Amino acid sequence: MDEGFITLCRYLGAALSVGFGAIGAALGEGYAAGQASDAISYRPQASGEVLKNMLVGQAIAESAAIFALVVSILLIFGSTEFHTQIFGWAALSGGLCMGLAAIGSGIGAGVPAGTACKGIVRQPASSGKILTTMLLGSAVCQTPAIFGLVTAFLLIFLDHSNVPLYPGWAAMVGCGISTGLAAIGPGIGNGLTAGEAVSGVARNPDQSGMTSRTMLVALGVAQSTAIYGFLISLMLLFMTPKESTSFAQAMRLLSAGICMGFGAFGPGLGVGMTGAYAVKEVPRNPDGSQVLVRTMLVGMAVAESTGIYSLIIALLLIVL
Amino acid sequence: MDISGADFIKGMAFLGAGIAMGLGAIGPGVGEGFVAGKACEAIGRRPDEAGLLTRTMLVGQAVSESTGIYSLVIALLLIFVV
Repeated sequence: MDEGFITLCRYLGAALSVGFGAIGAALGEGYAAGQASDAISYRPQASGEVLKNMLVGQAIAESAAIFALVVSILLIFGSTEFHTQIFGWAALSGGLCMGLAAIGSGIGAGVPAGTACKGIVRQPASSGKILTTMLLGSAVCQTPAIFGLVTAFLLIFLDHSNVPLYPGWAAMVGCGISTGLAAIGPGIGNGLTAGEAVSGVARNPDQSGMTSRTMLVALGVAQSTAIYGFLISLMLLFMTPKESTSFAQAMRLLSAGICMGFGAFGPGLGVGMTGAYAVKEVPRNPDGSQVLVRTMLVGMAVAESTGIYSLIIALLLIVL
Repeated sequence: MDISGADFIKGMAFLGAGIAMGLGAIGPGVGEGFVAGKACEAIGRRPDEAGLLTRTMLVGQAVSESTGIYSLVIALLLIFVV
């Protein structure tokens, strides 16, 4: 019975992983291709450069979906050498985690790819700087998906045999949901910031250093709620719960994951929007960039607060 | 797993606390981030009014924070009181 249950969970996890994981990258790449087509219509003679840039950007956006595909294949063909139900729950949760985590990064990485195509048409002479900023921005956009990949691997490959099934199943599902959902908002937010940074470099290539630096600060702050989600996942995974058939104990652990997962979405997206507007203004008036970065950081800190409330509630639910 | 009486109510209260705080955090997060972004845009246009704009931004964010605090209060009530 257990072996059948584990196989079922692994297949379901595989489907969830690549199913959800395909959403983001497809949307992001579609956006990049749309912007590229638009850009080529303005300056058809630059089509070669735009096409190259579009393909590089799409390749980066694709990586989140490839992570999801890898996790799916591992779940379908991986060995089932462990034979207790808890491994089934862990495998299902690993698939769900990777699938959800790939959505945000896929959408996010498509935005700088699209704005870079537009930028190259505007400033063909600075295409190198534009491409560099795009690569930097898109690469940082992948970070939430990488948290998802790490969590999925931990869930799938760790030896959970000392974890009691009740309430261990809820800790496993909570762990997957926490990192998975928490990655969506920061992924999209990072994309918005990186997209505006690329546009900014295209508008004023002389300020590309200042713009990239501001972008990296903004991307770092936007990442924080994804890190909270990852933290809650690690706590759920490594703080082995005491065996108990109580329904309340199980719901406590599951709820911690749900709380942090959803709670990270808003601040991640919001902080990304703040970064986008700030990065847009930096190349326009480089002299005022200090005041801008200061206001940006104050605004981001306030927007982060609900993410911190979610972290507190999740920690309370785990520790109590 | 036995699902009955007081244990079931406690479990649902925990689940409710997580959902309340999790979903409740989305709106304020996006809203405050948007406010901060628009403030940065405005400071870019009028750098000499940075003080006034920052003050307005913080007041606006404090108001939109309120729904997040409602969620926090309800979540704490569900965890500790129910």
